Amino acid sequence: MTEELIAKDKEIVVPGELLATGMSFLPSKGCYRQGEHIYAGRLGLLNVEGKVLKMTPVSGRYLPHVGDTIIARVNDVLMMGWRVWTNSPYEAVLNVKEASGEFIPPSSDLTQIYAIGDLIVCQIINVTSQNLVDVTMRGPGLRKLGSGRIVNVCASKVPRIIGKNASMVNMLRDATGVRLHIGQNGVVWMSGEPENEIIVTEAIEIIEREAHTTGLTDRIKVWLEKQKSRIVAFEKVAEEQQPETGGFEGGGFREERGGFRGGGQRGGFGGDRGPPRGPPPRRGGF
Amino acid sequence: MSAIVHKRGAYTARLDGRKNDQMRPIEAKVGVIKNADGSAYFKIGGTAAYAAVYGPRELHPKFMQNPKTGILRCYYNMMPFSGAGERVRPGGNRRSKELSHVITQSIEPVVDLTPYPNAVVDVFIELTETDAGSRCAGICAASMALAHAGIEMKDMPAAIAVGKIGDQVVVDLTGDEEHFEGGATDIAVSVLPLTGDITLLQMDGEITAQELVKALAMAQEAAKKIYKIQTKALKDHYKSEARQ
Repeated sequence: MTEELIAKDKEIVVPGELLATGMSFLPSKGCYRQGEHIYAGRLGLLNVEGKVLKMTPVSGRYLPHVGDTIIARVNDVLMMGWRVWTNSPYEAVLNVKEASGEFIPPSSDLTQIYAIGDLIVCQIINVTSQNLVDVTMRGPGLRKLGSGRIVNVCASKVPRIIGKNASMVNMLRDATGVRLHIGQNGVVWMSGEPENEIIVTEAIEIIEREAHTTGLTDRIKVWLEKQKSRIVAFEKVAEEQQPETGGFEGGGFREERGGFRGGGQRGGFGGDRGPPRGPPPRRGGF
Repeated sequence: MSAIVHKRGAYTARLDGRKNDQMRPIEAKVGVIKNADGSAYFKIGGTAAYAAVYGPRELHPKFMQNPKTGILRCYYNMMPFSGAGERVRPGGNRRSKELSHVITQSIEPVVDLTPYPNAVVDVFIELTETDAGSRCAGICAASMALAHAGIEMKDMPAAIAVGKIGDQVVVDLTGDEEHFEGGATDIAVSVLPLTGDITLLQMDGEITAQELVKALAMAQEAAKKIYKIQTKALKDHYKSEARQ
């Protein structure tokens, strides 16, 4: 029996392509075994880690995973929360309980907190076998996003847009003064000078197209140098950490919470669980 | 009424000078439609197909959803101007409905949509030029587009028409050959190149058992060649992108 690796590491392979023969190789994500042979089960970039064959997707829709920090858009307001678009085949639900660190009275007008069309940075807390998704807004860096521009990219290319230690994002921001937020679902939110936003959009398009090549950060650096004449003057933006790397800017988060406090109604404070102060005045319907 | 009696003529050489086991020239491209999740173009001789994949995405109406797996829907459509002179009426008809169905069935066995319960993957196949073998060109384009869309699939189906013209067993019939007066048989075959499994087999005409075996063997050979072209198109797409 021969043990042979037929496809090369870091190479694009297509469905049905023979990758390796021999029982010592192990098929992982995107590969499958048939008899002694291992074949590619999808289009992707082959990763050979010792004897494990793994595929990095180069295309495809985002699928929700627990723990991902994503950028979502409020699509609908429900009785007890919001339905949000997640750039995947499945919508997610943001429950009132998960909407903020503070208590939201049952009778509140939920549109005062998040209205339809609002963009939010949220985290996935649960995904069922039927891909019903729950998200939360409770956590560092999770907040509502203001006005800006949205670009959708393939989720598997998000790490390349962020770069090693956020090098790519930092470079784009320092060169153009555009604030960037990248969700792991491939939604990129940016806000800055409109002309510079266009340049960042173009840069992201290049990164997405060439995500499977090496030396990308250097090439984007050269490209940005060439675009210098197009970049308009901007105010320097303070370093802003990506939610993925933890941490958040206090200002934005506080602001949102403040906004919510103003919108929330005071009536019904304490709820039905009966705090020491006694039951609140009941409202119609219950 | 005077009956015109055709001489059941011998078909000695093919109209376009090809060998019996030779396909028409093939051109394949990937990523031709920007807004689609995956797309491909497949041209074989005078038949050209575009395929665009959208999804996996939410499936409506809800009663069509399958909670165990995602579903695949292919749409076959001939452009009004695509045929040999006669205008095809736009929109679906009985023929396109059948072809959509058989194309879906010929691709379904290789795709794995279990990670996408309740969702749908839509494949739209548009034929801009048709000169026989359009369902086969559609399958070839669709399988490339699905691969390009990052759908999990075991293999890429490759389809080709084989058949009999006069007494010759040939591969990849043209429209003129299908209408050969001495009688022609046209068999559409979709093959999984890896295993040799057949996922589509339709015949128009008549053929003997021995000839059918011979024709299917030719289809297997042709499918392997098509698979190579499909593979090259997908790989070249990522190579050319890096050069830009």
